[in-house]
Amino acid sequence: MDSPNTNHLMIGRPGRMRRRLIWRSLKQSRLALIGLFLLIVMVTLSILAPVLAPYNPAKSDIRNRLKPPSWSLEPGSHFLGTDNVGRDILSRVLYGGRVSIFVGIAAVTLGGILGTVLGVTAGYFRGTSEGIIMRLVDIQLAFPSILFAVAIMAVLGASVLNVVVVLSLTSWATYCRVARSQTLSLRENEFIHAARSIGTRDRVIILRHILPNALSPLIVIASFGVAMAIINEAALSFLGVGVPTAIPTWGGMLGEGREYLRIAWWFSTFPGIALVLTVFGVNVLGDWIRDYLDPRLRTLI
Amino acid sequence: MLTFIVRRLLQAVVVLWAAASLAFVLTFLSGDPATLMIGDHWTAEQIVSFRAYMGFDRPFYIQYLEFMGRLLKGDFGMSVRQQTPVIELILDRFPNTVELALAAMLVVIVVAVPIGIISATKRNSLLDNVVMGGALLAQSMPTFWIGIMLILVFGVHLRWLPISGRQNLSSLILPVITLSAFAVARNARIARASMLETLSQDYIRTARSKGLSEKLIVTRHALKNALIPVVTVLGLEIGALLGGALVTETVFAWPGVGRLTIEAIYARDYPLVQGVITFLVLIFVIVNLIVDISYAFLDPRIRLQ
Repeated sequence: MDSPNTNHLMIGRPGRMRRRLIWRSLKQSRLALIGLFLLIVMVTLSILAPVLAPYNPAKSDIRNRLKPPSWSLEPGSHFLGTDNVGRDILSRVLYGGRVSIFVGIAAVTLGGILGTVLGVTAGYFRGTSEGIIMRLVDIQLAFPSILFAVAIMAVLGASVLNVVVVLSLTSWATYCRVARSQTLSLRENEFIHAARSIGTRDRVIILRHILPNALSPLIVIASFGVAMAIINEAALSFLGVGVPTAIPTWGGMLGEGREYLRIAWWFSTFPGIALVLTVFGVNVLGDWIRDYLDPRLRTLI
Repeated sequence: MLTFIVRRLLQAVVVLWAAASLAFVLTFLSGDPATLMIGDHWTAEQIVSFRAYMGFDRPFYIQYLEFMGRLLKGDFGMSVRQQTPVIELILDRFPNTVELALAAMLVVIVVAVPIGIISATKRNSLLDNVVMGGALLAQSMPTFWIGIMLILVFGVHLRWLPISGRQNLSSLILPVITLSAFAVARNARIARASMLETLSQDYIRTARSKGLSEKLIVTRHALKNALIPVVTVLGLEIGALLGGALVTETVFAWPGVGRLTIEAIYARDYPLVQGVITFLVLIFVIVNLIVDISYAFLDPRIRLQ
């Protein structure tokens, strides 16, 4: 963690050689292949939701409410059953993936960029800005993140954008702390001193020399961050303060289905399975990314 | 050591101040706290009089100073809906949350650590692969879904265990499994990784070359050192469990502070929301403080950081 590793050479522009190395390492880990496969399947299903969904996910049909799974794809039947107002569960699960995956990636991108920029700034320029930024990190990390998210969402109101913003606000501190500690150890390296002595501007040093070398642990955190964000989005929607109920989400469906556990087991079960498969795929792939980029990070995450 | 404690104490005070400020600002984020609390179906006059009653018509900084002043005196305000002091409502529920969190913590220690250690000593065996695969899967399950599935299987179908409320010891079982699942998985993985790391150290190789039995090496030479990072994470886990109680208590209708928070949010009882947030962060900060200071006692290297 303290010393920069050599595998950073692997990230950046992947040439054919590098792609082959990545593929070879992936093939050696059966679990990682399963994760990749799961992710490809879930992402494809979500993207193709408008084509694949047999029903309009928002269209209710009171006469067909709480129908058990038919396990057949014939027109007019509901493969995974229907919910309390007769909406098709399969269609809603397919559409729900879009929100989950979008929120997961968007929240991590936003939080990751925010945290990395602040962390590198703190570590490179030091001084007052570092003091202020790191105090903010301490404060943020001392908050139970889900409590923070629920409280803010309760006031701001349910919306996809709010969920993304709130989840990135709960996660930036981790990236910030790691980016700073990476920068701190990197800036004392001879190649940085050399760059500075020939008059390279700070901005160029940061972008060309610091950032690429600091990236490995950040990418690892981000990959697990996607899993966390998807789970947290679902938790917020489950509690009724996340994505508006008009938009189908896995967490929201779970929350609605909870009321009908005694009579409709399928209602809460299938959105949950979709969620678990996706998050499992992300986690397994995250494990592989960590081992590939730097196995020494293992005790940290 | 003293400077370390003082520094950590100051840090804790800053965090608490930030938490209380956030809790205060929260109700103003939406623009008008009066409308936020009583909704739009009241008449304009009623809202005006409610605003005056709550003191929302006074300057912002006066309200802020008054809020902080009251907190310093231990006054968390009054619940709008229940007309009861917030602190009474919280203290009424808090023991139940502590009960849940401590039981979950016990499960984490008793289950996760041995699983991780055994997995590491049998590295890459079938047992190791199955257990670690299972841990990864458990880490991928949202708390509330685990809870719902447990209710479905053990409550609705098998009818073995109570699924809501807090009546007797058996009503603790499902919530504790739910709350601890993620932490068990995470700590088992950390314990395994740490044990593997320790087993690759030079002094273990020395012990092996002396011809000591593998059992002796693991229990006498590796175990204590391998547990250092585990214990560090375990301390922080208490806070995570308190946060996780928010969801678990909602799923199982457990009468704790987590459920109180959600109820307060649904009822738009913002003085109660403010109080609960400040209180939970206070507990969180105190726990972290105790954990940090006790580590500094145990491991002098931490003090120097």
